[in-house]
Amino acid sequence: MSDHSTPTFTSDDILATAAAWRAEGEQVALATVTETWGSSPRPAGSQLAVTKSGRMAGSVSGGCIEGAVAEVAMKTIETGTPQLLDFGITDERAWEVGLACGGKLKVFVEKLS
Amino acid sequence: MTPELLSALTAARAAKKPVVLATKLPGGEQMLLPHPAAGAELAAAASRALDRDESGTVTLGNETWFLHAYNPPLRLIVVGAVHIAQALVPMAAQLGLAVVVVDPRRAFATEERFPNVTVSQDWPDEAMDALVPDVRTAVVTLTHDPKLDDPALDRALKSPAFYIGALGSRRTHARRVARLKELGHTDAAIARIKGPVGLDISAVTAPEIAVAILAEFVAARRNGTLAPKVAGKQAA
Repeated sequence: MSDHSTPTFTSDDILATAAAWRAEGEQVALATVTETWGSSPRPAGSQLAVTKSGRMAGSVSGGCIEGAVAEVAMKTIETGTPQLLDFGITDERAWEVGLACGGKLKVFVEKLS
Repeated sequence: MTPELLSALTAARAAKKPVVLATKLPGGEQMLLPHPAAGAELAAAASRALDRDESGTVTLGNETWFLHAYNPPLRLIVVGAVHIAQALVPMAAQLGLAVVVVDPRRAFATEERFPNVTVSQDWPDEAMDALVPDVRTAVVTLTHDPKLDDPALDRALKSPAFYIGALGSRRTHARRVARLKELGHTDAAIARIKGPVGLDISAVTAPEIAVAILAEFVAARRNGTLAPKVAGKQAA
């Protein structure tokens, strides 16, 4: 997996991965952590890339909310409309996934057009 | 993100130019900074994000922006294309570091031993002068040979490199310190050198020593607190 011929970017470089997928003709959405409170496991700037075909790279949490983010990403690929998601807030309208760590975070989901 | 913005961002990163991707929340309007059309407040916030190497959300007036800082990768200059370097270099690449291996001994510094890595066969002082270590550069010497290590350490101490390490036993390091003093470096300056390099985890093999070095490097980079080293055994 780490035997890429171009060593410029590491396997942890999600933007590069997303751009490469886009260049291959995939439909790609990119999710980015924009803000965290409390004990969220991944800092602002952490990214998850998702393709319509089902490929995924990176993470925006320790695995707690990736499924929910991927669902929104699929929708964003369809509509092209970016979304700003709140996780861990105590709101009836909030996403039904909680963060076991008790942290809160915001995630921005956009399509690579 | 528009294709134009994505390719501008990709080009800036390939050219190792520090940039900030600013996204207005929640709408998603985006701009790549520095940009002549950016407001002064936004430009200043972007420049702070790069200095701190930290992405985050800022509120400017009644606008909320997410500033994604894209700094060029940290650099690691490894002096000595030795066995330990062969273990250290791929691990450093996994940490996202841009690695340069310096060794004028042509038998050591070969493409076969260090595939996909920038290798310089210049003398360490010339190589260091050309590479110009900055605050985002780490320097590790691995040769044990004063002819090669000393000129590199001399140049590293004259630079703002954030991590400087030198392989060698405590006795080797004591002699090295004496030589560097003769070159005019003060005790305080020489104290910047981690010697023997690496956390004391009783590392024995080359990959273990590489882990010890990179663990110490991460602690330096993240301002991690470490228990002081105790006298005793030390690898290499």
